Amino acid sequence: MNPSPQTSAKCEVLFTVNGEAKKVLAHPMERLLDVLRNDLKLTGAKEGCGEGECGSCSVLLDGMLVNSCLIPVAQASGANIVTIEGISAHALIHPLQEAFLECGGAQCGICTPGMILAAVHLLEKKPEPALADIREGLAGNLCRCTGYMQIFEAVARAARRRVVS
Amino acid sequence: MIVHHIVGASVPRKEGWDKLTGAARYVDDMVLPGMLYGATVRSSVARGRITKITFDPQVDWNEFVLVTAKDIPGKNCIALILDDQPCLAAGKVNHPEEPILLLAHADRHKLRKAVEAVSIEYESLAPVHTMEESEQQSTIIWGADNIFKSYLIEKGDVDAVWKEAAHIVEGEYFTGAQEQLYIENNGIIAAFDAENGVTVWGSLQCPYYVHKALMALCGLPEEKVRVVQMETGGAFGGKEEYPSMIAGHAALLAIKSGRPVKIVYDRMEDMVATTKRHPSRTRHRTAVSKDGTILGGEIEFTIDGGAYATLSSVVLSRGTIHAGGPYYWPSVRIRTKAVATNTPPHGAFRGFGAPQSLFALERHMDRIAQVVGISPVEIRRRNFLKPGQTTTTEQVIREDINLDRLLGRALELSDYAAKKTRFAEENKKGVRRKGIGIAAFLHGAGFTGSGERYLNSQVGVEAGADGNVRVLVSSAEFGQGTNTVLCQIAAEALGLPYESVAIAQPDTTVVPNSGPTVASRTAMIVGKLVQSAAEGIKQTLTKTGLLREDYTSKQFRAACRQYIAARGALKSYARYEAPGDVFWDDEKYRGEAYAAFTWAVYVAEVTVDLTTYGVTVDDFVALQEVGKVLHPVLAEGQITGGVAQAIGFALYEKVIWQNGRMINNQMTNYIMPTSADLPPIRVFFEEHGNVHGAHGAKGIGELPMDGPAPAIVNAVEDATGVRFRSIPLLPEDLFDALRPQSLEQHVPSSARGMA
Repeated sequence: MNPSPQTSAKCEVLFTVNGEAKKVLAHPMERLLDVLRNDLKLTGAKEGCGEGECGSCSVLLDGMLVNSCLIPVAQASGANIVTIEGISAHALIHPLQEAFLECGGAQCGICTPGMILAAVHLLEKKPEPALADIREGLAGNLCRCTGYMQIFEAVARAARRRVVS
Repeated sequence: MIVHHIVGASVPRKEGWDKLTGAARYVDDMVLPGMLYGATVRSSVARGRITKITFDPQVDWNEFVLVTAKDIPGKNCIALILDDQPCLAAGKVNHPEEPILLLAHADRHKLRKAVEAVSIEYESLAPVHTMEESEQQSTIIWGADNIFKSYLIEKGDVDAVWKEAAHIVEGEYFTGAQEQLYIENNGIIAAFDAENGVTVWGSLQCPYYVHKALMALCGLPEEKVRVVQMETGGAFGGKEEYPSMIAGHAALLAIKSGRPVKIVYDRMEDMVATTKRHPSRTRHRTAVSKDGTILGGEIEFTIDGGAYATLSSVVLSRGTIHAGGPYYWPSVRIRTKAVATNTPPHGAFRGFGAPQSLFALERHMDRIAQVVGISPVEIRRRNFLKPGQTTTTEQVIREDINLDRLLGRALELSDYAAKKTRFAEENKKGVRRKGIGIAAFLHGAGFTGSGERYLNSQVGVEAGADGNVRVLVSSAEFGQGTNTVLCQIAAEALGLPYESVAIAQPDTTVVPNSGPTVASRTAMIVGKLVQSAAEGIKQTLTKTGLLREDYTSKQFRAACRQYIAARGALKSYARYEAPGDVFWDDEKYRGEAYAAFTWAVYVAEVTVDLTTYGVTVDDFVALQEVGKVLHPVLAEGQITGGVAQAIGFALYEKVIWQNGRMINNQMTNYIMPTSADLPPIRVFFEEHGNVHGAHGAKGIGELPMDGPAPAIVNAVEDATGVRFRSIPLLPEDLFDALRPQSLEQHVPSSARGMA
């Protein structure tokens, strides 16, 4: 196939994803979400709204919780990115996943990867969050199934277990 | 045999770990070799004749696959009930965003540009945008009279009660459209080859609805259509009928191109083009005795069905049957209709007509209380249905339900009486007004009337040589817990550990048709069938002498191994049998509308801020009788999730229409509740059991959608004294009704002229 004008405009982007150095060839304005899902086959981040409202595409970028649908890939150049697939070694992840399973924090599951990353991000900053902190910390991640109550319970339970252990 | 307590225990969700690690596979996570992307070119007008289609010559159209109505091998319709909705408009369009032609290309960016490069010209026809215009029938847009369906329920002699009435109370109530807003947008992948026919993988609730629609559209026999449900990221009714449309589009592109085609909507397309909750208008005229006893009433319930019939007749049916609520009506006339407008068809959404008619009724009960001069609690107590009495369809209440006691407990749990008194005192000053409101309601579980008989659902249970068991159903998991609950039921029936039972991915080549995953029917009706099919496995093994009545898991495994070695597969199927005591007359709309009802009393506490005109829900008590709770954590999650959606329905979620099109089709300007917006939702169950459901279960998925909106608006009236009659109730509506001058002349709500 002949290279389209779009192909010729592609550039190389280097970053670290889940601890591994990655090099991708992409349009600078391509969304980080698409690069993760299509080029790197990391489909845990989901597209819900494409405009930064729902948080299902959340990933950690240099420790910040970001909506990957709003990040042009060029902006992620040199960054350290963590997705749901790469977080299994994190000390918080197992308590969170267990607590989500016990408390009913995941129903349809589409918001769950983003919600888990938002919870990790919250607990890193506030290891013993009050309910108000949990509500605020997760307010950028929409869930249409649970009404959030069981998610709050799960995050609080994970935090308690972490503090105890 | 070990005594099992799997049913009733909060075992881990079957597919939970996959969801928590990001491993769960949704349709957009799937890529097939050589796959193209598909897109839909849609109408820009509400109603008109297509006069010309122009393709921008700057685009090389040879690169694209193009499908129009002419390419449809079978019948150009989405087969459902009336088959009036085309898959692709041919010649004429009846609503904005109606699909006209399809494009496919390997490059999504090019595809998007190509959609914009198709221009369509129309000869415009007069559109109908409101229920009132539709009812006037000066422009006919559907059938002979713009009416998709109407029902009439008559009980007793309502014409005779008006002269005996101490009070005649009238009211008119409205509910708006609501978007299901599952976080995963609609999506389908289709593939075609001449030998196997069409296969689709998708985000959907009802595999066999899609199967039926594809057979008709593609002109293929049953065995040449395969439908596979992928992990589905929320549905709430929104993936009941529209996936058949998208599957049709993807299949047509796949047939024409010979390559797999993926169509995944983005949020804006999903919101603008797919179904929403039917907007409604309800008029009540009620005859009441001096002490507040209902003598009879007339109820007119009308819903806006949009441009095609789709499921409106069924939504209307449920709204009609629920219009009388949990009260005893000695006489009643209920006239209802679903009318056509030139908007995209409205469709299934949790509650399915009941939230609309129950909103009206529960607001109206508060109004009756004011006119009679008794409390909202007392008006309900005096009129609650009791065992032995009949509903509006003359169904005798045989369940042992005590609504008076349910109400009493809800009032205690919410500290209702003390708060009511305290708020009345505190509201005399300040800019924050507090209020508390209640709603009592019921929800019928399963298909209405003869519906389950027609569905004739079938389920299977299969044991392997290793003694592990698989449940075979077309009932889909989309968050509500289908996989888990059905596995619990099978494990319990077979006396096996929960871990030994799995559920098959819904695939029409593997699972029988256990009916659509709708109508709060899965745990109750399909669950009961799974229980019998599982018992069938046990019987087979005991009858052949391979297993004693009293067995261990190990013995069960050995028996399965022996059976399969000797005779091949070990499968057991169970088919729905209508209980003998359920009678329904479709003509007169009379009889046993539902095999079981769930019952609830909800209490909402709100603050109305007179500076911002915002309403905050501060506390929410949800008490319900649901039969046996099969899984406490999942059941609670159904209630909290439903209440949250209903809070959105009441206070946040407004679809703004312009010429029949939703213009706020983004999450930025169509607002659903976030984690910061919701009150504590406190869930309580009563469990009375139910002979028709698995282990005494009744359906609970839809119930929590019915009550919150009226409870909240009743609380807002308690706080402000203003009789709001419409939802969603947004700050601008409160501002209109409550701006400072009207506050100065504060008068008791009963003296106001809002209704």
